[in-house]
Amino acid sequence: MLEVEGLQTMYGAVRALDGVNLTAPAGSITAVLGANGAGKTTLLRTVNGLVRPRAGEVRLDGELVTRLAPEDLVRRGLGHVPEGRGVITELTVEENLRLGGLWRRDRPGLRADLAQTYEMFPLLAERRARAAQTLSGGERQMLALGRALMGRPRLLLLDEPSLGLAPRVTAQIMAVLRRLRADDGLTVVLVEQNARSALSIADRGVVLNLGRVVAESDAAELAADERLRHAYLGF
Amino acid sequence: MSRFVDLTLAGTANGMVYAALALSLVLIWRSTRVVNFAQGGMAMITTFIAYSIVHRGGSYWLALLVAVLAGLLIGAVAERVLIRPVENKPPLNAVIVTLGLLVFLQALAGMIYGGTPRSFSPAFDIRGYQAGDRRLLFSPADLFTVLAVLVVMAGLAVLFRRSALGLRMRAAAFAPEVARLLGVRVARTLTIGWALAAAVGALAGILVAPSTFVGPNQFDATLVFGFTAAVIGGLDSPLGAVVGGLLLGLALSYLSGYAGSNVVTLGALVVLIAVLMVRPAGLFGSTGERRV
Repeated sequence: MLEVEGLQTMYGAVRALDGVNLTAPAGSITAVLGANGAGKTTLLRTVNGLVRPRAGEVRLDGELVTRLAPEDLVRRGLGHVPEGRGVITELTVEENLRLGGLWRRDRPGLRADLAQTYEMFPLLAERRARAAQTLSGGERQMLALGRALMGRPRLLLLDEPSLGLAPRVTAQIMAVLRRLRADDGLTVVLVEQNARSALSIADRGVVLNLGRVVAESDAAELAADERLRHAYLGF
Repeated sequence: MSRFVDLTLAGTANGMVYAALALSLVLIWRSTRVVNFAQGGMAMITTFIAYSIVHRGGSYWLALLVAVLAGLLIGAVAERVLIRPVENKPPLNAVIVTLGLLVFLQALAGMIYGGTPRSFSPAFDIRGYQAGDRRLLFSPADLFTVLAVLVVMAGLAVLFRRSALGLRMRAAAFAPEVARLLGVRVARTLTIGWALAAAVGALAGILVAPSTFVGPNQFDATLVFGFTAAVIGGLDSPLGAVVGGLLLGLALSYLSGYAGSNVVTLGALVVLIAVLMVRPAGLFGSTGERRV
């Protein structure tokens, strides 16, 4: 579903990404791991078009999409849950959700999806008319996830969804992702510092360090590799 | 007492014009974080276009329609061509660009129409309503002004609160990057914001033209009051623009009526300072930072 080849991104003179290769097969969950500053967020921001790479290619389901803007990538099936949730606090919960699907043309489908989102996240249904500002961290994460799903993505990028969340809430989010993969064949690329929880649901794992891929393999293998874990993942 | 009523009515009519201009400024500020110093210039050009139509025998209503449409076009073109390049640059760049646009528009109008102020007749009677044996200082033309601005405001409120476009525009204004990640074409909503603001400004220009006359610099004073109203209300807040406009219109009317018209400009300054001292972000402004 997602193929990244030789991706190079510069922030000024800094090589944030230094030739990154990554493959996320369709219907899988890929965890992108590494310490702070390893380039994980930069990778997502380059893939989703917010940042232009200096070199390299990005393919979405075989189509070359390297320099497309985020707005166009969304229309090709890319969804993104930003770091820190990106919930628009001035809008209500429902407005945030609707916003995720606004680019779509099919009104009845949208209504159905909204109802389905409320079913998946009953907490959001309870708070639908409240300003998003009143939501807790975990609720905001659900909102950001539900909002991205309203766009019916084929590939979902999540940037540190467990950041600042209690373990129980993190487990809930991960459970939702697993279900989406199982039921809808959603491809997920998950950037996490909390490597343990990410590897527990991922099929594959990629470890970044200083803008380069230092390990890429089966999630179970990565979790079992103690040397790697100690060196890059902190456990 | 009757004098007070007169002044209140007159102040309301003027205040609505300031509110309309203030609303244009707020629309642009909220969507692009730019203070549009050329707002008055755009309104002046569209009013000249209306004047030309009336001068050639067109009806007031045709002129109004064309002016508003011209406003939409001028606003969209200005954003796309002039403002887009400076949107993400330091704010001073945008200030210079909008000031430059203002100078350009005024010079252009001067070249085409000359500097002599032209008169512009409103669609309705300018003699005050009969109330018993006196005439109020409030005419059918004034009533039209008040109603027109109210209708526009209601329309904008519905647009922003209820429509999909309004939701996109609000999202683009509050969180442009996140909005892009959700598929909102943010650049397009900015253009639409400017187009709408210029259209509202065009309306304000037509409404105030009968009393200020039409000329390259005739709107300057009104524009300054429009700015003042926007700042008083809080540059972030459409409601603030309306309240600020009305407040200023009334305050200046009373000042002019009871203290003489000489102190009106000074009075505007005093109101501005008074409000900002009590609420630095304006009456309804959020306490976020503002750079210019």
